[in-house]
Amino acid sequence: MAIPLIEKTAKNLVFTVQDFSLFAYQAAINLFRPPVYWPEFLTQSDIIGVGSATIVVLSGFFTGGVLALQSASTLAQFGATAVTGRFVSFSMIKELGPVLAGIMVSGRNASSMASELGSMVVTEQIDAMRALGVDPMRRLVTPRLFASVAMLLFLTIVADAFGILGGAFVTIFMNGQNATQYFHQAYQYLRWPDILQGLVKPLFSGFIIASVGCFHGMRTTGGTEGVGRSTIQAVVWASILIIFVDFLLTQLLLTVFP
Amino acid sequence: MSDAVGSKPRDAAARPDSPVVAFRAVSIGFANPVLHDIGFKVAPGETRILLGPAGVGKSVLLKLANGLLRPDSGSIQLFGEEIADMSEESLFSLRTRTGMVFQESALFDSLTVRDNVGYQLIQERVADDQIERRVREALSFVGLEQTFDLLPGSLSGGMRRRVAIARALIHQPELLLYDSPTGGLDPVTSTTIIELIMKQRDVSRTPSILVTHRLQDAFMLCTHRFDSAAGHMVPLPDGQSDPGTTFLMLDQGRLIFDGSLHELVHSEDEFVREFLE
Repeated sequence: MAIPLIEKTAKNLVFTVQDFSLFAYQAAINLFRPPVYWPEFLTQSDIIGVGSATIVVLSGFFTGGVLALQSASTLAQFGATAVTGRFVSFSMIKELGPVLAGIMVSGRNASSMASELGSMVVTEQIDAMRALGVDPMRRLVTPRLFASVAMLLFLTIVADAFGILGGAFVTIFMNGQNATQYFHQAYQYLRWPDILQGLVKPLFSGFIIASVGCFHGMRTTGGTEGVGRSTIQAVVWASILIIFVDFLLTQLLLTVFP
Repeated sequence: MSDAVGSKPRDAAARPDSPVVAFRAVSIGFANPVLHDIGFKVAPGETRILLGPAGVGKSVLLKLANGLLRPDSGSIQLFGEEIADMSEESLFSLRTRTGMVFQESALFDSLTVRDNVGYQLIQERVADDQIERRVREALSFVGLEQTFDLLPGSLSGGMRRRVAIARALIHQPELLLYDSPTGGLDPVTSTTIIELIMKQRDVSRTPSILVTHRLQDAFMLCTHRFDSAAGHMVPLPDGQSDPGTTFLMLDQGRLIFDGSLHELVHSEDEFVREFLE
């Protein structure tokens, strides 16, 4: 009884991974073959980039603040509160900024992509588009994919900057430390590989958010209930994959830039 | 195009007798078998009415006809080209020669009626003034010129269906596929839709496949013609039916009937008789 179930689950998993790989490849390769829908790319960049800016700014600012609060109390035991700026900037730029921006944008945009495309599937709008001779992959998926990659890069920089500012706010106004010392520490020990590490990750996160969101949306079945199911799956899988890929990338980049 | 949206006889003109659509031994299934060993043809100028109970696979058959679904086995020819194994890329250009009206209209919610009807023209980067003119013509054909700037959400079910017909006709298709165009509509609106389909059939002679489970719509199409001078449909003389309008019937995934109205009403098949009664 258990063996057939395991076999069926394993097969489903393999087929899903295969379908997802083909889907993501097709969406990516479309950018290099006409027609490319640039107006749609700009619209999606606005929705993803400008639309997500507020949540990224707020979550980045408060995460930086929390980091400063927590690190200051620990560092005080060693008489090292002076390095709070360094601690906050390293944590934000190398790890928290990219992951935080990825998770926040995933919650907002992977879900919206899955629900929007899912609704179009169940109301036959995707079939209508195909019947009118337009490729939904090119028209809907490819612009979302590249807008997501491009915008997540900028959103990560925004999250990093506001995280450092949040840390500065706590350090200066709540812990009563020197502002020059904080920013000096935050800047002085940063190396290019640290910044590179922080900027490579959002490229992967952006790809994951759009490809997973669109994949689940385009595979929606079962009416409006199916749309809800696709939306949940998109957010869950995008979030898990972002953290998993972050782990792999960190390991890889630490090997390359020890 | 004041009276009807015309059809462009491209390949059909080159080979006037070759079928527009030809199914040969087509089978398809998803979790369970849906259609089995289906074979029929649609000749130029012919209207084929596909009857059958709900869930029998009528919409699936229609989607097979323009390559939106792929058969598991068998051959499907559209405008003389084999589409069962054709790449999606090649199918896109072939589909621009067909027009399809979906069961629930499938209008793009975020676009105005103008952009919905002119969608294909916009994709082809046709000049704005031309798009405007052709959209207005298509909307005038379905009697909905006043909806030009509206969003689909503000239209009634019948109006949405008529906009969907205008969208299907704007590119002057060589084949029309209607998926339950009157499903869920009141009798008066249904008659308006059937009259539009009849107008397109009689004025432009565009071949079509019409899926329905409403016998009254099917019989009306057979027993009436569109009078261009009067601007409405009129009944054919008693005992006559449109010779270019014929029937197909599906039951349990199989094609159990292919013939004229006369043959349909005199069929000895038990299911056909039960369906008609």
